[in-house]
Amino acid sequence: MIWQFDLIILILVAITAIASINAKDLMSAAIIFGTFSFLMCLLWAEMGAVDVGFTEAAVGAGVSTIFFIAAVFRTTRRTKD
Amino acid sequence: MKLIGLIVVIATGLLLLWGVTDFPDWADPQSPASTHLSPHFLTESIEETAVPNVVTSVLGDYRGFDTMLETTVVFAAGIAVYTLLRRSRRKDLREKPEMIEEELPHQALIVKTICRLMAPFMQLYALYVIAHGHHSPGGGFQGGVILGASFILLAIGFDLKMVLKRMREKTTLVLGILGVLIFSGIGMVCVLLEKNFLDYSALSAILPATDIIMARSHGILGVEIGVALAVMANLVLIYVNLSSDGKYERGL
Repeated sequence: MIWQFDLIILILVAITAIASINAKDLMSAAIIFGTFSFLMCLLWAEMGAVDVGFTEAAVGAGVSTIFFIAAVFRTTRRTKD
Repeated sequence: MKLIGLIVVIATGLLLLWGVTDFPDWADPQSPASTHLSPHFLTESIEETAVPNVVTSVLGDYRGFDTMLETTVVFAAGIAVYTLLRRSRRKDLREKPEMIEEELPHQALIVKTICRLMAPFMQLYALYVIAHGHHSPGGGFQGGVILGASFILLAIGFDLKMVLKRMREKTTLVLGILGVLIFSGIGMVCVLLEKNFLDYSALSAILPATDIIMARSHGILGVEIGVALAVMANLVLIYVNLSSDGKYERGL
């Protein structure tokens, strides 16, 4: 565990989380959320939980982003609030 | 309204942070988890189950019941999306013709070629992840997700029809059910062999040339295959219904 590395990733995680909440365009919110998942995956792998990181990469960054994009395509692309 | 939401979120966050102070310290050797549970799993796992990857043996064997119900959650999610979105009545299908955006032929060619080349390697890697879960990170869940993702990639690169030809509606449903059934079925076989539910050491009575320890290893493998089937089928089911609006005609 390298705390400098952890700190950088955690700051990026916070930034991407806030950005994905604030994005008006739902498609970009979905993409930023994928980035969030990928950063979390890096964090898990760095902390030694390789199995969790593997799952996060496959489910969080991969498939759930696709599901979000599919849902955005079939509903609306802009948020009301 | 937004202000109230912000206050609630900050209050919840502070409460959670306050609750964290009650946790044992990071990697504290005196914490209950490090004094009772972890040493047992880390030292006895290989002797009790013959599985070098402790994560797999904990997931598949020591807390197998939990994993079984996780698989059931994935199955329930797939079935929920299917029942909510699937529209098979003729009136719904005729509703409105969809706009088809033609992409440029050379762009489509690049995407299709790359997807066609990628898909078999992804599937092979997924099978490796499932089968090699005993020795390296990975296992049924991750392998199943990668296997499902390969079909989703084909559905995006080509079109939905091409995937539906290979994974029919009925096939996905049956595979999703079969996965959960394999998992709980292995558990029930253990009960029929007069051991506890999901106590795989009972399987040594019916598997040829296995002692009690290897039977637990083989039981984990069987369970992982069930998890992989259920996850793969349900991911494809969710994607197909989401992307085609339940009409099974055109994807994204």
